Amino acid sequence: MIEVSGLRVRFGSIEAVKGISFRVATGASFGLVGESGSGKSTVLRALAGLNREWEGEIGIAGVPQKPMRSKDFFRRVQMVFQDPYGSLHPRQTVDRILSEPLLVHGMGDIDARIRRALAEVALAPAVRFRFPHQLSGGQRQRVAIARALMAGPEVLLLDEPTSALDVSVQAEVLNLLAELERAHGLTYIMVSHNLAVVAHLASEIGVMQEGELVELLSADDLRAGRTRHPHTAALRALSLELEDPEVAKSA
Amino acid sequence: MEVIVRNLRIAFPSPQGPVEAVRGVSFTLGEEKLGIVGESGSGKTLTGRALLRLLPRQAKLEADRLEFDGIDLLEADERTLRRIRGKRAGLIFQDPKFSLNPVMTAGAQIAEAWRAHRGGTGRAAHGAAIDLLAQVQIRDPKRVAGAYPHELSGGMGQRVMIAMMLAPDPELLIADEPTSALDATVQAEILRLIEALVSRRGMALILISHDLPLVSHFCDRVLVMYGGRVVEECNAASLARAKHPYTRGLLDCLPSLARPKRQLAVLKRDPSWLDP
Amino acid sequence: MMSTLAAWLLSDAPESRRQASLGRFFRGWLQLRRNHLAIAGLVAALALILVSLAAPLLATHDPAAQDLTQRYAAPSAEHWLGTDEVGRDLYSRLLYGGRITLGMVVAIMVMVAPLGLAVGTVAGYAGGFADRTLMRLTDIFLAFPRLILALAFVAALKPGITSAIIAIALTAWPPYARLARAETLTVRNSDFIAAVRLSGASAARIVLRHIAPLCVSSLIVRVTLDMSGIILTAAGLGFLGMGAQPPMPEWGTMIATTRGEILDAWWVPIAPGIAIFVASLAFNLLGDGLRDVLDPKQG
Repeated sequence: MIEVSGLRVRFGSIEAVKGISFRVATGASFGLVGESGSGKSTVLRALAGLNREWEGEIGIAGVPQKPMRSKDFFRRVQMVFQDPYGSLHPRQTVDRILSEPLLVHGMGDIDARIRRALAEVALAPAVRFRFPHQLSGGQRQRVAIARALMAGPEVLLLDEPTSALDVSVQAEVLNLLAELERAHGLTYIMVSHNLAVVAHLASEIGVMQEGELVELLSADDLRAGRTRHPHTAALRALSLELEDPEVAKSA
Repeated sequence: MEVIVRNLRIAFPSPQGPVEAVRGVSFTLGEEKLGIVGESGSGKTLTGRALLRLLPRQAKLEADRLEFDGIDLLEADERTLRRIRGKRAGLIFQDPKFSLNPVMTAGAQIAEAWRAHRGGTGRAAHGAAIDLLAQVQIRDPKRVAGAYPHELSGGMGQRVMIAMMLAPDPELLIADEPTSALDATVQAEILRLIEALVSRRGMALILISHDLPLVSHFCDRVLVMYGGRVVEECNAASLARAKHPYTRGLLDCLPSLARPKRQLAVLKRDPSWLDP
Repeated sequence: MMSTLAAWLLSDAPESRRQASLGRFFRGWLQLRRNHLAIAGLVAALALILVSLAAPLLATHDPAAQDLTQRYAAPSAEHWLGTDEVGRDLYSRLLYGGRITLGMVVAIMVMVAPLGLAVGTVAGYAGGFADRTLMRLTDIFLAFPRLILALAFVAALKPGITSAIIAIALTAWPPYARLARAETLTVRNSDFIAAVRLSGASAARIVLRHIAPLCVSSLIVRVTLDMSGIILTAAGLGFLGMGAQPPMPEWGTMIATTRGEILDAWWVPIAPGIAIFVASLAFNLLGDGLRDVLDPKQG
């Protein structure tokens, strides 16, 4: 479904992404982990079409993409951002926010679609005409997910979707994302610095360090410790240690 | 040095009447590391700030006892409070981007903190600043001392903040989500640094965070707050055997790298947790 | 009945976009209401506007009717504020003068705010060459002192209200463009604008439907605060003989033609002066209050 080959992104004189390649099968979920500055978010933004200064090849559903994306691309590929407090227009009601993708793509039946979308992300109908500042962080992120799903995309790009949320809310949102993936047959690419979160949702994981993709492995391999690159091993060890010291000692 | 808090209550005015954000928190702190854990709205940050009387003006603070080393903080005047703040108790915030002065170099800020509480010449303060930067394990203290906050990474900025707070050699350090804005690796480094400094100097530490495993890893005792109250108090080592359903819920809903879960347990909030 | 309306407006589960927008407007109104000075300004401004509109009903005399036997008459039962240098009733002239002064201000604002908004948002969003060109254009107009440009304009055309309006408008729009551009730059890189871009919306749609609405609040505040300045500029032009021409009862012109009498028939120049003062102050207080409600920068 998604093929990236030799992707390079440069900001001025700094090369943030130094030629990476990976593939994601249709319906699969791929996680991109790394620390800040590793370039993972940059890759996602280049994939989304938000960043136009990239070199290399990006293919979505077999179609090679150019820096300027077509409207059809935006119907098939959507993104959920990290900060629930900044990803919703402060002056628009939830209803207006959710109807925007439909209006842009000329899709009708707006009222019914909105009601369905809210139900799908487990938001009460009472929320429909509220403004973002009247919603909690978890509710805002659900609206962001609903917005991403409005036009019926096939690919969902997730940029640290739960990093800014409370732990209990994070669990709900992760469960929701897993369920939506199953229900709609979506392809996910998720970026995070939290290994446990990524391993929960993704089956294949790419590890980035300083702009390079240093390892590609399955989530099972990561859990079992079958890592090849020292950076991966270091990240894994740290995650295990912070999770539960007793478990870390035995792993 | 002992901090005693009994029945701390903090309320804010609202069009619907006063809203209680902290509803009767009590604890004692000696020379140890205490973690206060809670989600947003639990009142943990307000509790930490109340100890230094650094609440917003409209907040109403009440307590049966609020003492720092025998000094009654409720009755203390501004002068007494100023002698405690900074000099005897320091506060580290979450994001150094917002807590460091953007138009002063790191070294200048640390030197200022040093001189404000210890006096001395500018040169002595500058030397002390470089020394403190080395103590927070910055490899090139002279360069960092001359750098501005926006030129430093998040982790370095936090180290500068820690150096600034340690300059007057306080007895208590309150760290309010000091690493939430940082990567896991840097997070661990900073917390280990704080741990080491606190042990070496015989300081007390209050670590406020939303990250339960993190806090249990770096603290001796943990307080879990929910809805303005302390719902659980236990030793960090025995956190896995926590009794309160909220704490158990927080522990169970985390994804685990070691143990895959098909679905994450969702925290069911029981309204009875809000009652005493 | 009022309280059920209020409850409906303040409901936290509105059932339509209109209810939500009205609710937000109502909340803003409640907040404004707490600022007594702003309400005083609002009441005064509304009173001035209403009185000006009702001038034909409230005036006691024809503002142009001269009576040379009653020049500089003191206030009396017949002429409530006395008369001016050719015996025209001052009170009536004040009322009709309000129409002209406030009418000029409204005309200017209606031209200037949308123009500034358009230029600013396009420049801010497009960036690059378009931004630089538009901003240089803005700077050129910003460089002109209002009065000087007005004088030049009027010298080229004929002195009068139209020239004054155009001249003031030409120098008043740049700050709005700058304001709109600044807001646009702040918002341009935010996640919610990125999300709208990702829905495939065209740049025009983004600027018009998503960015412009965000700039409107600060523009409204600026408009109300600017009104007092424009009233003074219009009055100043009138005073210099470049605005409304006598016998038009424009407040500034009225002061100009009678300023020599300030020591003898002091009420004649003072009355329009007070009118200008009250109008400026009212809009200023209102603008300040609106800024606290619409554009709060403090925590």
